[in-house]
Amino acid sequence: MVAAIKQPGWIRGALGAILGAAFGFALVVALRKASGLPVYQTEQTGYPHIVVPLVTGPLGFLAGFGCFDYWLRWAVGMPTIPEDHSQHGAKSWRDYFRFNTDHKVIGIQYIVTTFFFFFVGGLMAMLIRAELAQPGTQIVDAATYNSLFSTHAVLMIFLFVIPVFAGIANYVLPLMIGAPDMAFPRLNALSFWMLPLAGLLFIGSFLAPGGAFDTGWTGYAPLSTGAPLGQSFFNLGVQFAGASSIATALNFLVTIITMRAPGMTFWRMPLLVWANLSTSLLVVAATPFIAGVQFMVLFDRAIGTQFFEFAGGGDVVSYQHIFWFYSHPAVYIMMLPGFGIISEVISTHARKPIFGYRLMALALIGIVVLSYSVWAHHMFVAGMFSWLRVPMMITTLLIAVPTGIKIFSWLGTLYFGKIHTYSTAMLFALAFIVTFTIGGISGVMLGMVPIDIHVSDTYFIVAHIHFVLFGGSVFTIFAGIYHWFPKITGRMYDEKLGRVHFWGTLVGTWVTFIPMHWVGMDGMPRRVADYATQFGEWNILISCGAFLLGFCQLVFLYNMVVSWRFGPRAEANPWRANSIEWQVSSPPPVFNFPEIPRVVGGPYEYGVPGARHAIMAGESVEAPAETQPTVVGST
Amino acid sequence: MMGRLPIAKMLAATVAMTVVISAVMVPINWNGQGASTAAPKIDQLLSVMIVLSAFVFSLVMVMLFYALWKFKAKPGDESDGEPIHGNTRLEVAWTVIPTIIVLFGAGYSWSVLNEIEEESEKPPLTVQVFSQQFAWSFGYPGKGGAWSEGELHVPLDRQVHFKMHAQDVIHSFWVPEWRMKKDNVPGITTTAIVTPDKLGTYQLICTELCGFGHAAMRATVVVETSADFRKWVAGLKETVPAALMESVVQDTETNPVPLGAGGA
Repeated sequence: MVAAIKQPGWIRGALGAILGAAFGFALVVALRKASGLPVYQTEQTGYPHIVVPLVTGPLGFLAGFGCFDYWLRWAVGMPTIPEDHSQHGAKSWRDYFRFNTDHKVIGIQYIVTTFFFFFVGGLMAMLIRAELAQPGTQIVDAATYNSLFSTHAVLMIFLFVIPVFAGIANYVLPLMIGAPDMAFPRLNALSFWMLPLAGLLFIGSFLAPGGAFDTGWTGYAPLSTGAPLGQSFFNLGVQFAGASSIATALNFLVTIITMRAPGMTFWRMPLLVWANLSTSLLVVAATPFIAGVQFMVLFDRAIGTQFFEFAGGGDVVSYQHIFWFYSHPAVYIMMLPGFGIISEVISTHARKPIFGYRLMALALIGIVVLSYSVWAHHMFVAGMFSWLRVPMMITTLLIAVPTGIKIFSWLGTLYFGKIHTYSTAMLFALAFIVTFTIGGISGVMLGMVPIDIHVSDTYFIVAHIHFVLFGGSVFTIFAGIYHWFPKITGRMYDEKLGRVHFWGTLVGTWVTFIPMHWVGMDGMPRRVADYATQFGEWNILISCGAFLLGFCQLVFLYNMVVSWRFGPRAEANPWRANSIEWQVSSPPPVFNFPEIPRVVGGPYEYGVPGARHAIMAGESVEAPAETQPTVVGST
Repeated sequence: MMGRLPIAKMLAATVAMTVVISAVMVPINWNGQGASTAAPKIDQLLSVMIVLSAFVFSLVMVMLFYALWKFKAKPGDESDGEPIHGNTRLEVAWTVIPTIIVLFGAGYSWSVLNEIEEESEKPPLTVQVFSQQFAWSFGYPGKGGAWSEGELHVPLDRQVHFKMHAQDVIHSFWVPEWRMKKDNVPGITTTAIVTPDKLGTYQLICTELCGFGHAAMRATVVVETSADFRKWVAGLKETVPAALMESVVQDTETNPVPLGAGGA
């Protein structure tokens, strides 16, 4: 028992959580007692005796679980326990529930955890659509409805789309650049373990007096500064998810910049690596803004600062400026890694070099730069200075240009290729081009101020964001999961079930989200538990589409679980791809490479005679002719 | 390389698809009935955008499906495609042409925005809009501020400046038939300019999430002749309550002129 308490792990973690929470609680009680205040403050925004333990409890868990052991020992001068690599790899499923610094284990932890939240958030979407299937109130009351769509959005954004990309990249990116691991493995593990804590805080808010946060994922002040306790759970959950995200982005940046295999110049990096480089640049600079603004809301609520309280000299609209300064770049944080996945999948399955590789990489950087200058297009009707609208409109529309470059270059990649569509990954990649084009087009329309004035905060917006986030990001996530499933699990998935999942998801996406454009333009506002009867027929159709969509995800789940356990063994390189992760076994060896590979050419040299991307350990080392990308002039 | 593609046929297919999509989509009245001078201008902008979008969408579809039809690998073919890495002219084209299209869209939108927000020469009618969880009320000029709850009346064919004041959280003022929406923000006065040009009864919808009663936060809007409007206002018994009047005085006007020049 004593040994179990000394050993990092679940028992010490639980103890840490209890001690941390108790410390926070005692601190509040003692300070309030000493100040002569009533011990418990239970105005709806207050509850310091709950809010403070919500910070100290999770931190206590992380400390107990072992996330800080090495650093703490070093900091207090104790002998550190040298990494003997015995923790690397996972021998049984139990190893995935430990503090593990192996990037491949962490990648799987990320992916499985985020898909858990995908299904929880999806279940909430099903409840939402069940309520909206008919006008009137049938299943949940208006307040619960508001909590449901708020939690749905927050889980899907902070616990699924953003971190699942981090998970996929965690697994494949070090392999792709020929690195043995990430640059900071302990930080990497800490990043992961903060994530479920954020999820628990978001879901735990349903237990708070007054119910879960119900102000939308945007949490606009002053609705949020006056909302019940659940809002504080949101404010704090965002801190854990944000810290996780920032730490991971730093880790990716350092890994990509310093740990590429010899010979891998920037212009030889696969586009997935470029995409994660760009995404990480966005995360490190933008995410602190949402962390900051949620702290400001929390302080307004709990300690009486008046950042957003106009009666106290605060400024209501400034919340939206700070929030969107993160949250617009965030949509690219949720899209750029997907762009990288699509480039890998399309090039591999079309057996063609990426068309215009350098312009593809530069387009990513262009999106990063432009995305910092478009945030106020979310605020055209918000009452901000009206002169800011036109410049924001122009930058918003211009961001369609680098995005268009990506679409056309993927199409160009298909030409004169040998397109194989047997893989579900390729099907999702091709469908992504279609649905994302639609989402992009509605985005351009929304960027135009006069149109936006009419459709802002209507179902048109709901349609647009689901076309880019579901038809866009989630399709790329599925493409990525199917593409690297053999590499990650060492098993093949069932292509037949994959096709069922694909076609069901494609049809479900269109049936669900296309009619939303129509009802929105015709006058149905978003975020309403009830609506005018004239929209009833479209809404029942939308709900049917949503249920189809939900059901198909169960097919996916079944396919993944059963194939992981019983699927046929995968060979090292089932898609005959060039990049380095496919040149090692499936799953890769515990330390990735017996010897760091040497990179001698671009990653997409399909069809170039004698071209090589990398020379692996033990391969004959006669240097093949270095290939230069040839740019064919138009004929 | 491009010489080996049926460029003319592909373009023709794109144009044909654009025409078909536009012919189906442009006549549909997506935004519903229009009842302000701004509505036809915004609807026309939408129609132009539908045609341009149909072209872009058709181009992508034709390029995608031609490639899938023409370059699909035969079963058992394990060879690679041709090692084509790019084409500078094409890449320049698909950078420059979309830039021109979106800049045209931006310029057009800008001019529409200026038109719909232009102040009329006739003195406008100023109506105060008060929003609170979960109800609307309205103050009219003259006679110490006549006040109506849940029902807004405005005269036909006269520009109305709505001065909006939120009492608690953010609400948003939307009359779909007017194509006009503006947030009501605590602490500041926001303005919306509308010239109603059709008689009728419409609905005012709150479009900013404001709490559990958000979905039910509606008001009736009546557009009537100026004679009827004057009569209706004269018949109002109540005047704007002092608490609401305070927000009119206290709220700061938005849209200050930036840097001493130009703003609207």
